[in-house]
Amino acid sequence: MSAFTEDMLKSMAKVEATRAQRLHATIERFTAEEKDALLKEFHPDYSAKGFKVLEVGPNKGQKVPTELAALLEGKSRLEGVKLDLERIDYDVDVLVIGGGGAGASAALEAQRGGASVLVVTKLRMGDANTMMAEGGIQAADKANDSPATHYLDAFGGGHYKNIPELLEELVTKGPLAIDWLSKLGVMFDKEEDGTMVTTHGGGTSRKRMHACADYTGAEIMRVLRDEVVNRGIPVLEFAPAIELLLDEEGKCAGAVLLDYDSNEYKVVRAKTVIMATGGAGRLHYQGFPTSNHYGATADGLVMAYRAGAPLIYADAIQYHPTGVAYPAQIYGALVTEKVRSIGAQLVNAEGEIFMHPLETRDVAAASIIRECTVRGKGVKALDGVALWLDTPLIEMLHGEGTIAKRIPGMLRMYAKFGIDLRKEPILIYPTLHYQNGGILIDKNAETKIPGLFVAGEAVGGIHGTNRLMGNSLLDIIVFGRIAGTKAAEAAKATRLGKLSLEHVKAYAAEEKEAGVSGELSPKLLPVYTHGRDAR
Amino acid sequence: MEEMVTVYLLGKKYSVPATLTIMDAMEYAGFKLIRGCGCRSGFCGACAVIYRIKGTTELKVVLSCQTKVEEGMCVGKIDSFPINKRTFNIDEIKASDNIVGQLYPEIFSCIGCNACTKGCPQGLNVMQYIAYAQRGEYEKAAHASFDCVGCNICASRCPAQISHSAVGLLCRRLTGKYIAPKCEHLEKRVAEIENGDYVTLLEKLKKMPLEEIKELYNKREIEK
Repeated sequence: MSAFTEDMLKSMAKVEATRAQRLHATIERFTAEEKDALLKEFHPDYSAKGFKVLEVGPNKGQKVPTELAALLEGKSRLEGVKLDLERIDYDVDVLVIGGGGAGASAALEAQRGGASVLVVTKLRMGDANTMMAEGGIQAADKANDSPATHYLDAFGGGHYKNIPELLEELVTKGPLAIDWLSKLGVMFDKEEDGTMVTTHGGGTSRKRMHACADYTGAEIMRVLRDEVVNRGIPVLEFAPAIELLLDEEGKCAGAVLLDYDSNEYKVVRAKTVIMATGGAGRLHYQGFPTSNHYGATADGLVMAYRAGAPLIYADAIQYHPTGVAYPAQIYGALVTEKVRSIGAQLVNAEGEIFMHPLETRDVAAASIIRECTVRGKGVKALDGVALWLDTPLIEMLHGEGTIAKRIPGMLRMYAKFGIDLRKEPILIYPTLHYQNGGILIDKNAETKIPGLFVAGEAVGGIHGTNRLMGNSLLDIIVFGRIAGTKAAEAAKATRLGKLSLEHVKAYAAEEKEAGVSGELSPKLLPVYTHGRDAR
Repeated sequence: MEEMVTVYLLGKKYSVPATLTIMDAMEYAGFKLIRGCGCRSGFCGACAVIYRIKGTTELKVVLSCQTKVEEGMCVGKIDSFPINKRTFNIDEIKASDNIVGQLYPEIFSCIGCNACTKGCPQGLNVMQYIAYAQRGEYEKAAHASFDCVGCNICASRCPAQISHSAVGLLCRRLTGKYIAPKCEHLEKRVAEIENGDYVTLLEKLKKMPLEEIKELYNKREIEK
């Protein structure tokens, strides 16, 4: 029995009928004007609904997603809690908040810089979006490429909004990041002579996507985590930070943790703090499903904002064009862009190509939404409509066995639910994938708050308002390492004063004055009931 | 009417929609997951569970986010399984001299029962990669273990008390660092960057007027 419905199979027959003629078709890319028009009309970021103008804090007057606003303008988990800040549970040079790729890279470099380091994380070390990044990591290390070409691709893809000095760090230190990871033992896909196997991603002008099959992020994360253990860096799991601590002079001085097992608060004093808490997909902006990790709830943005650190481009959200639209069990999960990099086309219900498969993510998502809405060319799937990603093309182009070798994770994920993507196309629709914006940093990864550094998805500005595929795995390594190095250096020169939570009180007073009252925040974890409440 | 199945989650009986995964069924039942839930996409190994269908003998171990509920499932959780990872200095060890066997001598106690392979939710041939590690064929062990998500179900079932995921990871790190061929174009580019070769070009781009850089972007040549 097929895993697809009858209607789906009818449409699939049309996809199969046009496959041979599409195989070598030349597909035009959208012009700059077409892209602008598509985005304005169909990208969720341009929807008037779904955003709120902030009434308090450093970004007062700017719009952010409604769900994020409810947390930024929310109530501290420490409100009304009597906490003795003189009773210090952990005293270190550098505190790293978050155990993903950025946090692990930062911890390794901070320790190398001579600092005593503590990593605290909400779930387990390595439970992060890094682990789920499938497709690849960009770096301009081939002869026909250069950091300048990489800069141009990312700058155009980011709508010319990237902060130039941050983007320069990203592209220049890219090859160094690949080298660092290789020397730690990350297994990149290589030819027999050592040449990196690289492909295009959406919006790249050179094939600079390095990969470890479609386990790229997982491979990087498990090596970094192993190295953190080898170096004896202490890690405190299931202990999310819930507020930053400042000292009397306003320097960042540590954090208060919530120990999930004992339900007790723990005080960490640290000369410098690195915020590496990742993204926000689990806030489900505008009701979208997400490809993100369970813990992606923007905690770092909330804590840093409350302490006075400005955000940038917090209204720019990345919807990955190809999230799973069917079957229900993996709804919203990521279908890596690499599937398109190696030849799969986006096809509508009639079996027609409607776009080049490797447009930038925002343009691709908008184009898919247009096809499914005003053009009415979608396939009914679960509660919505979806389009086909024609995966059997891959092996017609590159030969049998290509899928098992290059995208084994995808093959396995679908096989578990009775779909063989070597033989059948799959149904996709955009899924909430990435927070393009975040906390503003300088090229040393430091915020406006002295002693507070940020790395990874919690950072804003590197990618402008649209990140290219493969630049996120790159930024967690590049800026993770910068943050670790600089935080360790800064810690040496830091003398802390008395620990304080006065900023949290002051922020609450500002909220009261403005008459806003959001949710308890940071959110820490989403709540799912899968329709239980509706019964 | 939605089809429902009866399941026993940590020993308690629930009726849940038949379309849910085991993880979703737990949430449907009202569990607030902190442990045993990670990426929810089958990549992180946080959510291993063990189950048998009520009244049957056979035990199965799966990732709860990647497995649909079935009628009569009795589900227990493996939130954390203690493995014995050895620490090493990656810069000082070599991919020779039986290094994996030295760090993990218990791999030679494998009795060939194949329980590890049978238990792998990723369908890896775990016993085979341990055999490769025994023989010093680290590159083969690396590739055979590559899709490991570190759920450690294999270790939970091993009578020889092997920490398979740690053995696989060591083999992969040895392969990535020492056995895989060196990448010349990477070494060349790193040297150029360290020499400051791209500084001027990037300075120019950083200062370029918006209209000019837009023109450059829109007309850039795209590699076929």
